[in-house]
Amino acid sequence: MHPSSRAFLSLVAGATALFAAHAASAAETIKIGVAGPFSGAYAAFGEQQWRGAEQAAKDINAAGGVMGKMIELAKGDDACEPKQAVAVANRLVDNDGIVAVAGHFCSSSTMPSSEVYADAGVLQMTHGSTNPQVTDRGIPTIFRMCGRDDQQGVVGAEFVINTLKAKNIAVLHDKTVYGKGLADAMMAHMKSLGLQPVLYEGLTQGEKDFNALVTKVKAAKSDAVYFGGLHAEAGPLVRQMREQGIDAPFVSGDGIVSEEFVLAAGGPQYVKNVFMTFGADPRRIAAGKALVEKFRAAGYEPEGYTLYSYAVIQSITQAIAGTKTTDADKLAKWLKTHGAQTVMGPKSWDAKGDLKVSDYVMYKWNDDGKYEQMD
Amino acid sequence: MDGYVIAQQLVNGLVLGAIYGLIAVGYTMVYGIIGMINFAHGEIYMISAYLTAIFLAVLLSFGLNSVALALLLTLILAIVFTGLYGYVIERIAYRPLRGSNRLAPLISAIGMSLVLQNYVRLSQGSRNQGAPALIEGAFRFGSDEHFVQITYIQSLIVIVSLISMGVLTWIIQRTALGRACRATQQDITMAQLLGVNTDRTISLVFVIGAAMAAVAGVLVTLNYGSFDFHIGFVTGIKAFTAAVLGGIGSLPGAMLGGLVLGLCESLFSGFVNTDYKDVFAFSILVLVLIFRPSGLLGRPAVEKV
Repeated sequence: MHPSSRAFLSLVAGATALFAAHAASAAETIKIGVAGPFSGAYAAFGEQQWRGAEQAAKDINAAGGVMGKMIELAKGDDACEPKQAVAVANRLVDNDGIVAVAGHFCSSSTMPSSEVYADAGVLQMTHGSTNPQVTDRGIPTIFRMCGRDDQQGVVGAEFVINTLKAKNIAVLHDKTVYGKGLADAMMAHMKSLGLQPVLYEGLTQGEKDFNALVTKVKAAKSDAVYFGGLHAEAGPLVRQMREQGIDAPFVSGDGIVSEEFVLAAGGPQYVKNVFMTFGADPRRIAAGKALVEKFRAAGYEPEGYTLYSYAVIQSITQAIAGTKTTDADKLAKWLKTHGAQTVMGPKSWDAKGDLKVSDYVMYKWNDDGKYEQMD
Repeated sequence: MDGYVIAQQLVNGLVLGAIYGLIAVGYTMVYGIIGMINFAHGEIYMISAYLTAIFLAVLLSFGLNSVALALLLTLILAIVFTGLYGYVIERIAYRPLRGSNRLAPLISAIGMSLVLQNYVRLSQGSRNQGAPALIEGAFRFGSDEHFVQITYIQSLIVIVSLISMGVLTWIIQRTALGRACRATQQDITMAQLLGVNTDRTISLVFVIGAAMAAVAGVLVTLNYGSFDFHIGFVTGIKAFTAAVLGGIGSLPGAMLGGLVLGLCESLFSGFVNTDYKDVFAFSILVLVLIFRPSGLLGRPAVEKV
């Protein structure tokens, strides 16, 4: 053999060995994407999500990982913007080589990104996207750990009409997939009970001045306001209502479930008579007691979606352990037949990927600016 | 239609417009003097909101128990610090590019805006921040059932804006600094030849613009109580629109543009539909630009020879 061709061959062999070594090291961990709004106005929800996912990965790895491999999280920041969400999804799939994704948070981000994950054969489980369309579009590998807005809106509407006995209801939303979806679901149920809203309008995300709208709410003599949207707008909105002398109850959904809502409103004196729908407080569930204590000992209150996110990582890991693969279709089939044991108790999914049991209840914000489940 | 409701919407629009006007001054002055849009201006306003909360917290925690004094000190400190930001931004992002084609400073301004936004996000966190409601209460006119109200803070916004605009107009019309500004605006080379320190004048314009945005930031923080690193974007675009609407480069135009925009938004939102409020506001802008390309008070550009 010619010396130079021998050198070439050894080079090829070396490169192959290197490549194989690289492939081996890549396979030593199981990568799960965590995508959500880690920046932007809704970063508070991103922080809840990341805290939960991070702790779940830590705990699972401490217990030996899954199939002998460690779990590694890859963070993807979509800032709750659909365009960025698609870019993040592509990056997570192509560069980070994730086998499943926990997220996204905003329905408007979850939907466009889900097509990327579905094409790439990546299992997706969102902890907070409640728009019905997330699972109604027939993607077999998408799941959620939360309820749907058509369930949430019904609970909200029943509360406003039956408990608050409101007649002139103003329905407001923030024009997003989530906010408008929730407001529409609420309104649909309200109409089925024979009540028309006195006002139905959308405000613009990112603004702080809603005085014109508030004056309109007042002129319509609304005795309750239902708002579909997130805390960054809900805070100033409720404050401006109170400042203009509207004491009517303010009812919203799970988009304000963060103590930042009080901050956005300018203090606890403005969040009196504010109600919201959210899943039964996961911190009260026995299965998660030890974990909640652990978070609190570390100086973090696992509010809002923290435990939801933890449960998402748990479910994905259990499916991988149960099927011994990372194939999205097999994982999905397994989850739909077996369900998962999570920190929020046992969860099971229907054929669409929705939770079989949704547990929306009403919460009330109290005078100290904290929210508590109403019994 | 209830007269009280109309009056209340006028009050809402007036307050909103006063804020737009204050911020629009920064756009209009910078455009007037170097013919470019300072896209980082909205971020200056956002920074002022943060500074307000920080200064208020510091002053009140040092046991300053007079709210009026704390507010005055905060306003002064915010103007000083925000002015510094304005100065530094001009030195970093615009001065080195002066004389290059018009696109370069435009892009560097957008870059600056992103840098500032993310610098605040990284240093202060991306969460909503809040300031306590220091002044509560309102002037009410009418009966207990039907009334028009203007809260104390809203009245403060209108009064402080009017005073700031008055002071600014006085500076531009009556002082040596103002004369230098007007000279530089008319013809930068000629002004230079006649001994005007144009570099200093341009810096000064950035500082003045920033100071007006600082006033807006303080007032808005008091009024809405909540802000985040992203508030400069929407408000910045609205204020820029106000400046163009009034006639970019014209100081009274900025105030008028702000008021018109604020009132349009408020009245449309109040009596037609909130969903399409921005569509309406920007349609007005387009119409004004079609039929009066130089804006409401702007003079058509004259080719300088």
